[in-house]
Amino acid sequence: MTNKTLIQISNELSAGQYSSREITQDIIAGIKTHDHQFNSFITVSEELALEQADAADARRAAGHADLLTGVPFAHKDLFCTQGLRTTCASKMLEDFIPPYESTVGQRLLATGAVCVGKTNMDEFAMGSSNENSYFGAVKNPWDLNAVPGGSSGGSAAAVAAGLVPAATGTDTGGSIRQPASFCNLTGIKPTYGRVSRFGIVAYASSLDQAGPMCTTAEDAAVMLNAMAGFDPQDSTSVQQDAPDFTADLNQPLAGLKVGLPKEFFGSGLDPQVADCIMAAVKQIEALGAQIVDISLPNLELSIPAYYVIAPSEASSNLSRFDGVRYGYRCDQPEDLMDLYCRTRAEGFGKEVKRRIMVGTYALSEGYYDAYYVKAQRIRRLIKDDFARALAQVDVIMGPVAPTPAFDLGSNTKDPVAMYLEDIYTLSANMAGIPAMSTPAGFVNGRPVGLHIMGNYFAEAKLLNIAHQYQQVTDWHLQTPTSNTEKGA
Amino acid sequence: MALENADIENIAVLARLQVPATETSDYADSISSILALVDQMQQVDTHGVEPLSNPHDATQRLRADEVTCDNQREAFMAIAPATEEGLYLVPKVID
Amino acid sequence: MAWEIVIGLEIHVQLATKSKLFSGAKVAFGAAPNTQTTLVDLGMPGALPVFNEEALRMAVTFGTAIDAEIGKHSVFARKNYFYPDSPKGYQTSQMDHPIVGIGHLDIQLEDGSTKRIGVTRAHLEEDAGKSLHDDFDGMTGIDLNRSSTPLLEIVSEPDMRSAKEAVAYMRKMHAIVTTIGISDGNMAEGSMRCDANVSIRPKGQEKLGTRAELKNINSFRFIERAINVEVERQIDILEDGGKIAQETRLYDADKNETRPMRSKEEANDYRYFPCPDLLPINIDDAYIDAIRKALPELPDQRSARFVSQLSLSEYDAGVLSASRALADYFEAVVAVCNDPKLSANWVTGELAKFLNQNNMEINAAPVSAEQLGQLISRIKDDTINTKGAKTVFEELWDQTGTVDGIIADKGLKQVSDMGAIEAMVDDVIAASPKQVQQYRDAEVEKRGKMLGFFMGQVMKASKGSANPGQVNGLLKKKLDALC
Repeated sequence: MTNKTLIQISNELSAGQYSSREITQDIIAGIKTHDHQFNSFITVSEELALEQADAADARRAAGHADLLTGVPFAHKDLFCTQGLRTTCASKMLEDFIPPYESTVGQRLLATGAVCVGKTNMDEFAMGSSNENSYFGAVKNPWDLNAVPGGSSGGSAAAVAAGLVPAATGTDTGGSIRQPASFCNLTGIKPTYGRVSRFGIVAYASSLDQAGPMCTTAEDAAVMLNAMAGFDPQDSTSVQQDAPDFTADLNQPLAGLKVGLPKEFFGSGLDPQVADCIMAAVKQIEALGAQIVDISLPNLELSIPAYYVIAPSEASSNLSRFDGVRYGYRCDQPEDLMDLYCRTRAEGFGKEVKRRIMVGTYALSEGYYDAYYVKAQRIRRLIKDDFARALAQVDVIMGPVAPTPAFDLGSNTKDPVAMYLEDIYTLSANMAGIPAMSTPAGFVNGRPVGLHIMGNYFAEAKLLNIAHQYQQVTDWHLQTPTSNTEKGA
Repeated sequence: MALENADIENIAVLARLQVPATETSDYADSISSILALVDQMQQVDTHGVEPLSNPHDATQRLRADEVTCDNQREAFMAIAPATEEGLYLVPKVID
Repeated sequence: MAWEIVIGLEIHVQLATKSKLFSGAKVAFGAAPNTQTTLVDLGMPGALPVFNEEALRMAVTFGTAIDAEIGKHSVFARKNYFYPDSPKGYQTSQMDHPIVGIGHLDIQLEDGSTKRIGVTRAHLEEDAGKSLHDDFDGMTGIDLNRSSTPLLEIVSEPDMRSAKEAVAYMRKMHAIVTTIGISDGNMAEGSMRCDANVSIRPKGQEKLGTRAELKNINSFRFIERAINVEVERQIDILEDGGKIAQETRLYDADKNETRPMRSKEEANDYRYFPCPDLLPINIDDAYIDAIRKALPELPDQRSARFVSQLSLSEYDAGVLSASRALADYFEAVVAVCNDPKLSANWVTGELAKFLNQNNMEINAAPVSAEQLGQLISRIKDDTINTKGAKTVFEELWDQTGTVDGIIADKGLKQVSDMGAIEAMVDDVIAASPKQVQQYRDAEVEKRGKMLGFFMGQVMKASKGSANPGQVNGLLKKKLDALC
């Protein structure tokens, strides 16, 4: 049953080859049997999932099935799930069971999709390797010595290992695309505001955006159809109907103008990764696209600007975790100050505390203009760079990350070295444009993703390109069976 | 911008994080190196560039003034660490 | 040394919306704790705010009412601080771009002159919850019902020079917000609260003295007392050669003193930044103009009209226009009885007295404007006299019946039958030879006063129902005839 695409399961469900209860049971059994190698799940939701599966089977029997009805998926563990614990991979929320469901979760449940569990992640989505988890690091199914990427590392590992066909992720500075790249998946970060943030635990509000992580572009389009759309509960949700993201998948790429920013191919890029990317670009050119050299001159500034804006917003967003209304509370607080300081010191992990402190500092009196306001100005320079580039070309391509998945533990000592890994992904969040990763080859057995970025609301175009590329390549169909004991 | 231990202590109070003395200089070092990275921004002239806080430069949508939710106190209180008589309990607050 | 007092006020007005500033939770005073809260007001993970359009309309209405600049591009900012009544760890407020900019307000001073007080700004923000200090094993209980209730914080310039001016400003502000209908202005329920920045300086000195901020004063009476007691404290310190500390102080009404607030002592850095969950509010001239056109008559305009159209005194006009509810009530009374002067007397007299005694707002008055109007009509058409009318009013207050019903039941209809009155007058004169003799002996100009005794006797004989005008005229005629 493993390693099926979402569309395959959907088709087999409608063909009556098995019920949703059966596939759900199989998938849960698979997680229980195999996930000890990857640590990709924090919580498996057996009881609720089977209820949802039975409801989906009944719905199918009644003739109201949708594409996703009965199809199992997993949520990154920062989507609040009603009645199912939502930890953000933090001790702070170790026992937090939300009495509400995120808008994305509601939308997926409304289609009849079955949530089988919650995936591991970097604590509060802060990290690029999934090593910052209270529930332990996640291992890359392609190489158990490698990180799966982060922060949606659990979702990436779970889909890559074939434990689930699809998972949700969030991307604040690359947290969908980089793990997708490291784990050979198709992952898309939609335009900021396309997918509601309501009920998703916030990291950096002006950058966070949720999206799907799947095997194929087609699966991602189907998932995104369910997830996207205007939500009156989110003031930053874009008041615009989402199109059918599957409608344009088969459009030919003839005439497509692809920009290659020279800043994406500088000295920091692993030459073997560069080779994979250029080979992929060649193939896309062969599909009729025209390749144009472009420049995004302020790309490098995205790192310093991001590491001001994201921690600043986070420092404020995470103030609500105070031990009063929900979540962890320290033992025997002496007074109010002690309640706050110990609850937060004991509840948050080191990287989270570090970013809260950076953000607190950046917003503090006397520094606000030099840091926060300056970063917001640079943010506009980056947006303007993309506006200029996307006036010239339809999409922009390049690598997702400078290297393939790195070894577990190799960057944990030096936060700055870890931050530099985000160089190619941060700018799309800063500008709010959609961007995705699609499998494009391997370097020493570790996957490499092709980064495709487009103009606002051009998700369908990105998925179309990835789908067309996937029609002429089979990178996305390769599975990590040789490196693991799984594969039965 | 290199931070001293005293800076970390101040920030920790503002952020309500207890930082043991043994970890202070570790935080000072790593945060200083992050600030050194961040300080690259200062080399860029952003004179006349408007700060961007929302990618779409969008404006606020308005909600009709309607009561749309019922009392859910029981569900909310069930997940709270300490409650009594419908109230959240905290160590004594002194005005 | 002669000291000059300098006062600036920050008034928090709770806006009378149905739902909260950023959530669909109900806004109502006095509900059971934590029953009017949503994910948003509790700061639950992933909850997001959406701005209430009515709060915007109300804020802009206020801005147009004080002739202020309106912020066409206003921004919500987060004010970060930890406190148990602030569930998100920040208060959503406005900092650099408030919805209302510079405006002004005219207050009437005791000498009858007018003084203009500058309004620096007014901004929208969410209220905090409440800490309840009842003893829960030494713990404090937190009620978040009030969390995210919309507030308009109105900041004045330091233009006031006495506690009385501060009270006049607060009263005028109260009149405006109730007149334009953006708040119920109920100070007892905290719908209007004020912080006063108080400092003193030697008369003639330009530089402002160090100020103390008096927090959360919630009645007109307390504003005056709190400021006066704080001024005394500051004078004592300075005259003893001391220094004023810039600090936040709390007024203790029981002890009539101010004391430093311990919780606010610690230096704070609020780390304001634009709230990334909310977007800038952009409004255009058409929106503002429509609101300006819809403004109701403002207190000053109404007061002026009461003087010019209804011939009220400036004083009565000022009192009656001090709140929209009171002015509306008054005009409804006039509409029934068509006698502004008598209506003003009754509304500011008997009605105000009863409201005061019962600690009641005009809206809660058990006597309707229509009833009071009818009552006044009955005085005018000589059906009852003033004394009888007061009895009717008491009965109306206790809601025992209608105006005419009570008059009939209590036999208050005054006797205007000349014959009957004449008989009573004759009886009284005949029964009081001593007083008649005194009357005859008195100088002419003192006789008027002496008439009172005979009036009293006749009214008593008529059980209060004789028409006092007729009695008076007849008594005078008959007694003077004896002289």
